[in-house]
Amino acid sequence: MSATPDTWRKPPFIANPVIRWAVYLGALGYFLWVGATMPIDWNRVADGIGRAGRIFGGAFPPSFERSGLLIDGFLESLKIAILATTGGVLLSIPIAFMAARNVAPMPIYYLGRFVIIVARSFHPVIVAIIFVKAVGFGPFAGVLTLVVYSVGFVAKMLAERIEEIDFGQVEAMRAAGAPFFSTIFYAVFPQIMPRQIGLTIYQLDSNLRASAVVGIVGAGGIGATLANAFGRYDYDFALAITIVIVGVILISEGISGQIRKRIG
Amino acid sequence: MLKITDLVKRYGSGDPVLKNLDLTIEGESVVSIIGSSGAGKSTLLRCINRLVEPTSGSIELNGTELTSLRGRQLRAARRKIGMVFQGFNLVDRLTVMENVQSGRLGYLSTWAAIMRRYPKEDIRRAFELMERVGIAHYANTRADQLSGGERQRVGVVRALMQNPEILLADEPTASLDPKTSEQIMGLLRDLAGELKLPVLINIHNVAEAKEYTDRIVGMRYGRIIFDDAPARLDQDAMDRIYSGSPHADRSGDLRQAS
Repeated sequence: MSATPDTWRKPPFIANPVIRWAVYLGALGYFLWVGATMPIDWNRVADGIGRAGRIFGGAFPPSFERSGLLIDGFLESLKIAILATTGGVLLSIPIAFMAARNVAPMPIYYLGRFVIIVARSFHPVIVAIIFVKAVGFGPFAGVLTLVVYSVGFVAKMLAERIEEIDFGQVEAMRAAGAPFFSTIFYAVFPQIMPRQIGLTIYQLDSNLRASAVVGIVGAGGIGATLANAFGRYDYDFALAITIVIVGVILISEGISGQIRKRIG
Repeated sequence: MLKITDLVKRYGSGDPVLKNLDLTIEGESVVSIIGSSGAGKSTLLRCINRLVEPTSGSIELNGTELTSLRGRQLRAARRKIGMVFQGFNLVDRLTVMENVQSGRLGYLSTWAAIMRRYPKEDIRRAFELMERVGIAHYANTRADQLSGGERQRVGVVRALMQNPEILLADEPTASLDPKTSEQIMGLLRDLAGELKLPVLINIHNVAEAKEYTDRIVGMRYGRIIFDDAPARLDQDAMDRIYSGSPHADRSGDLRQAS
């Protein structure tokens, strides 16, 4: 009798059968329990479908009558996005250097990481609510919000890029007796520049999108126009705004994708 | 004159990489250091310009004690020590001229360096040296467009721009093909003569060491076990430098110690 096996099974994801079945049954039980205890009122769901129908019915055909308001809102969003990107990226560069393990001393590194974690830990909408309370309704709150949002993303990605640089170039500058900032400008910046430009363009695109969202909680821009349109039951105007937002975001994503491909 | 006395380098708490090493380099001689990988050649070179921090001992260059320097004084001392690297360590995205001028960063204010406002005499010197090694026509070319041999020439010119009192070369030809490798070794030897510059070269290629240098230092596991003219490097010396394993060597030490 040949001892060579002719069947083979992939080893199970969790080796221990007791734990395996406990995990499977536990997950199944939890889902059933959640489904049974969530307060879903089916009558209200049925009403909601009717209401949704009225909203969409009222939205067609989209109305571009007040296109002046629409354009103003968009220009404001664009201003918010550009200002926030500029401010956010300028702040991100020093923070990224602070948060890169290979160039910053330990205490500075922890400080830099802490700043990034704080900037990342809140969704822009929550940050926007805080800034609207602090500086009042309007685009300035939007700019501040998106600066924080930009720092969270750009500084983190840039710090990771700095940690990946070829350190030999830094060593060569050190060996020549170059001071700290000369070393940074000659050996580090040229290496991170393509990523820096790509991140800036991506962030501009991302800020334009986010500015529409934070506008809804009062931070200016097209989001504020959209929230007003909903508040006044102008569903046809709201749909027009939505269509334009989607269109602009598609275009800006296409442009930024092209630019990033060229410099990559 | 470079005078190394009782130099020890230990990484962490392990066996030292350099064990009470003494070495003196005088005048404008071209000295090669040979030895198997892990013998401590690279660590020795990097201790001299303090890219690696020596654990103890003394390194003196023309009367300046290097091991105790910090901050601004250390940078001033490093300006006097040129270094050529195995991987060239050029800034790929900058032009050849910017790479060459980066050898002057220790002399230049950060602002002038960022604005690329190089002094006239530095630019003239750069063109002279680039002309000398045959890369002057590449001044405006990005460094990553050059071939290996050309890149190492940029590396050599960058080091010479420092007006160094000694030139360290850490396996300068290990990334090059044999022919280019000989050209670079010849260049280092000739430049040493022209500029009256002592040169210290780590090298794996013993034939090149014999042909292009005035003196060969053989290292084995952190000690210098051969130091003589190239002609005196016979098969017996070669065997002592390259045979054996680190383990055998260390257990030998243990027996001596106990």
